[in-house]
Amino acid sequence: MKDEKKVKIVKRIKIDADQCNGCRACEAICAAFHAEPKYSSVNPARARIHVIHDPLRDIYLPVYAGEYTPAECAGRNTYTLNGKEYDECAFCRASCPSRDLFKEPDSGLPLKCDMCETDPPLEEPMCVQVCIDDALTYEEVEVEVEEEEEAKIEDLELGLEALIKKYGLDETMKIMARMAASEQE
Amino acid sequence: MRYTETGFNLEVDLTKGNIERVPTDPRLTEQHLGGLGTNARILWDRVPPEVDPLSPENVIIFSSGLLGGTLAPGANRTIVSTLSPQTGLMAFSMMGGFWAPELKYAGYDKVIVTGKSPNLVYLWINNDTVEIRDASHLHGKGALETAELIREELNEPRARVLAIGLAGENQVYYASIEHERSSASRGGIGAVMGSKGLKAIVVRGTKDLNIAKPAEFWEECDKVLKYIEFRRENPIKGVPPILAGLGSPQEMAIHDEQWHTTSFSWGNARVRRKDFWTEERAKAWSEIQTKSVERLISCYNCPMRCGAIVPHPELPTHRYMMKCYSKLTYVMGAMADDLEFGFKIAGLAQEYGVDGYTAPQVMAFAVELYENGILTDEDLPGFPKKNEDRFFYLLDKIVHREGIGDILAEGVYWAARKIGKGAEKFDHNTIKKHEQIPIKLGMLNPIYYILWSTGEKINITQIEGQMPQAPFPTKELKEDFIKDWIQIPTGKEEKFKQFIMEWGEEGKRFPFWPPPDLICDLVEWQETMHYIDDTVGLCAGLSSFPLKPAYHIHNLPLLISYGTGLDIDEDRLWEIAKRTRNLVRAINVRRGLRRKDEKPPEDHWKKRFPEYEAKLLDEYYRYKGWNKDGIPTRETLEKLDLGFVAEDLIKRGILTDGDGNSEKKEEK
Repeated sequence: MKDEKKVKIVKRIKIDADQCNGCRACEAICAAFHAEPKYSSVNPARARIHVIHDPLRDIYLPVYAGEYTPAECAGRNTYTLNGKEYDECAFCRASCPSRDLFKEPDSGLPLKCDMCETDPPLEEPMCVQVCIDDALTYEEVEVEVEEEEEAKIEDLELGLEALIKKYGLDETMKIMARMAASEQE
Repeated sequence: MRYTETGFNLEVDLTKGNIERVPTDPRLTEQHLGGLGTNARILWDRVPPEVDPLSPENVIIFSSGLLGGTLAPGANRTIVSTLSPQTGLMAFSMMGGFWAPELKYAGYDKVIVTGKSPNLVYLWINNDTVEIRDASHLHGKGALETAELIREELNEPRARVLAIGLAGENQVYYASIEHERSSASRGGIGAVMGSKGLKAIVVRGTKDLNIAKPAEFWEECDKVLKYIEFRRENPIKGVPPILAGLGSPQEMAIHDEQWHTTSFSWGNARVRRKDFWTEERAKAWSEIQTKSVERLISCYNCPMRCGAIVPHPELPTHRYMMKCYSKLTYVMGAMADDLEFGFKIAGLAQEYGVDGYTAPQVMAFAVELYENGILTDEDLPGFPKKNEDRFFYLLDKIVHREGIGDILAEGVYWAARKIGKGAEKFDHNTIKKHEQIPIKLGMLNPIYYILWSTGEKINITQIEGQMPQAPFPTKELKEDFIKDWIQIPTGKEEKFKQFIMEWGEEGKRFPFWPPPDLICDLVEWQETMHYIDDTVGLCAGLSSFPLKPAYHIHNLPLLISYGTGLDIDEDRLWEIAKRTRNLVRAINVRRGLRRKDEKPPEDHWKKRFPEYEAKLLDEYYRYKGWNKDGIPTRETLEKLDLGFVAEDLIKRGILTDGDGNSEKKEEK
């Protein structure tokens, strides 16, 4: 098993922060494209991309919404790059409790970049299309990935322990029972 | 539901500390669209002509445009309208940046401020929560520094701030309103903010802005974007690089400054240095520019990079943002050959919040008065020897209104009259009491004669555009220019193209060519397109200003119609712009504007033709439907649904009842 490789297409948005002019066209089009119906409203607070900008420190950094996480990081780090200080959250794509970024402004539900997947598919995600200064470019690359090994039973035990610690044994068992029941149906 | 606009204004009375969210009348949108149009209507309705611009009764409106905050590239302008303390007339100033779109997302089209706060305050608009907050700790702070401090204290890095600096607080007549990389600087609107005790307006919005016909609207926006991309690869041939592309002149990206430095006048609009741009200078200036520009930056939803981040270690903010031409205005005003001086003083001036056109001219005027013995060492104690140092000295005195600075703070026109002793003679570059771009040329240009004379923005760059500055030198270049010149209004295509083809040929040169009807057409077209931009909130840099812009009279009606759901075609849009144009004129006429005020400086051209000029002005007034004194006739006003304006002007004895019936008018 271990040596077998699979070829997978990875969609990639390349971010060249040096080219970013801070116009936020990416935010506007993202919000509009994901409106229902398409383009029927604009509200950058609904965008799945956000340009972190701090002109007086020459910081322009487009960040895409990634996975939702219910937990905050334990600590906060800062990075200094070329003399400019960035909060680590600047590079983080998560919709998380420590900030209001990448959440629907009304409901607070997390937002996540879907690469504008639509039928028929677009040549490029909309944010890339409107970024004619090429801070954002798009590519599809083939990558070889190793077949995932089956999860070890010890990992399962560790995971369950964490859940029990967080939600209590009763609650965890109830959910397990319900899942088992629906599986059988 | 309202589309592209929110349908609400925020009304703030700083005397009472009262804030109200007021629904707007959709009929006014149909009449004036928004932005400048509805601003003018509010000023007409609420500010009687006797109001002193710096009194609590003056109203200052911070408006988005009709399409502001939509997907239309460059629809980001904040249109600030009020009465100017300098000219006494309606002040026109707009700025780009991010403020107006954020206001829309917060749920408002305009913020209308009246009254006067007893102490310095700022307004914090956070969606539905709006509060007036103490700003006494921000007294004297620079405009950008203020924005930084406010964002920090509100813990909201995404809040957008417009603010005044010390000049606005001290009611300098050419104080600007600054916002990140943009300034609304003409006419002293920063002084009006200062007179109200209003240091800043801060806004954060997270609401939806709706579009009536989404797919169609986006398709038009996308075409605009594609055209901008096309023009990057295809600059206009046969014109200087600074005029070949789209955007506000690309002063930050382009290093070739031959056109500005050799065409415009230096000092107090005195000297043309036709041989300034040597190879050596080009090299030195290019090095300074490379060093001074850290990053090219844009306004909201616009790919043009007209601005730049500029390091400035001496400022509390360590950097500032520059756009357009202010790197040169101070250099040229001070007769300094060093571009670095320009970057340095412009940053400081912007933090103080003064207009980058007027301020250097006032200072150059003061230097001239000193050199001619009208101002003495008594007026200017410790006045430095070097011009660059003198400019820093004067800037400091002006923004603090200290000593002679208190007089210079009112601009060239008023200062000349207060100083007396012949100082009036040195006021040779103002129109309607407002400093103009320093251009002094040879032969009267009849098109520009009308533009300079009659423009009520009182700033040529805000009413001119789309026309080459000189005839193309060859037939091939002419043909190349007109072959895809689609921006011309319907019915004028042949006329305008023929103008380009003939211009410069034997017998087809200024001043007695082209014929008056063509002059009128060209002037009205240029100006009308600016009025439309200011109404819909588009940057002139993509629209009314550059050659062959991305927005024009043919796609704008589509964008407006698809965006708003209104049914606006070319004729109707033209009529709306005309309505607003006449309303602005009526506001100013009511405040005393007359024909006698409508003239370029005497030395603007060496060769002048007073009788011919008077005839041209007559012709243009007739074309506009104005009487011989430049006042819109009753008939003109009534045709534009401005009967109530005519009535008011008649009641005040400005128009007589018969006015308008006696004159024959040409229709557009």
